[in-house]
Amino acid sequence: MWKWLHPYAKPEKTYSLTGKMLPWFAVLSVIALTVGTIWGFVFAPADYQQGDSFRIIYLHVPAASLSMGAYLSMAIAAFIGMVWQLKMADMAVAAIAPIGAVFTAIALFTGAVWGKPMWGAWWVWDARLTSELIQLFLYLGVIAIYGAFSDKLLAGRAAGILALVGAINLPIIHYSVEWWNTLHQKATISKLDKPSMDSDMLWPLLINLLGFGLLFGTLTLMRFRNELIIRESHRPWVKKLFIGEK
Amino acid sequence: MQFDSFSAFLAMGGYGFYVWLAVAFSVISLGGLTVATILRRRTIITEIKNKYNRIERMRAAEKMENTL
Repeated sequence: MWKWLHPYAKPEKTYSLTGKMLPWFAVLSVIALTVGTIWGFVFAPADYQQGDSFRIIYLHVPAASLSMGAYLSMAIAAFIGMVWQLKMADMAVAAIAPIGAVFTAIALFTGAVWGKPMWGAWWVWDARLTSELIQLFLYLGVIAIYGAFSDKLLAGRAAGILALVGAINLPIIHYSVEWWNTLHQKATISKLDKPSMDSDMLWPLLINLLGFGLLFGTLTLMRFRNELIIRESHRPWVKKLFIGEK
Repeated sequence: MQFDSFSAFLAMGGYGFYVWLAVAFSVISLGGLTVATILRRRTIITEIKNKYNRIERMRAAEKMENTL
């Protein structure tokens, strides 16, 4: 039943499939981000306590959620690479790490400039902020380790181990606001009962979450394809792609 | 529309500095990553082309030596 999936284990098939997916992801992410951001920054009502400073939420929450989502997908790819020895899974790890690092940096930075007017401090060493900072270092570690080996088979394995071990940080980030007393507020939308947010504020946030997700997909596809052609550059299909038959 | 004028929009109810700093950082870092990824693709393709062209030239040179 799932046999149709099998040809996609071939790098050239994957390259052409991801090439077909890429424009859809790119266009949809631009549309979602445009709609969500304009709605959030111009049309959403101001918060009754935080005024207009709350609008940072439309960047902060999607970046933070996707920084964790990216880590989860990177860890899954690392697991697949480790267990089934799939080269392409290691390439996915290498492709995702820099994107995750940028999302984490955005989450930390937007958090800091939101924290300054609301908490009176750019930074506090509380559980949520510290565990998110550790996530940034984990991403940087994966990038550094992958770059440090010229043998990419070894590089993928070493970076994969760090990516997997670091996954323990994910539940710590998520539950940090419940396990410890933190300055950071508790979950607003990622909880099981009704979100504690007005729908006029919530919709643009959900649209931007989708937009950041699609942007993550777009960048992952682009970087994965880069990784694919450079690692396979000696293979005939890459030659055929850029030089033509001969 | 929540703002009466464009200057009110820029002011963000007095939080303009913080809000626009957050926007600037997000746009610059995501834009930078996207541009870097596109440029990297170009470099890779140029390198691959150079590599195969070099092989082609070496083969051609070898052939010439054999004929001479």
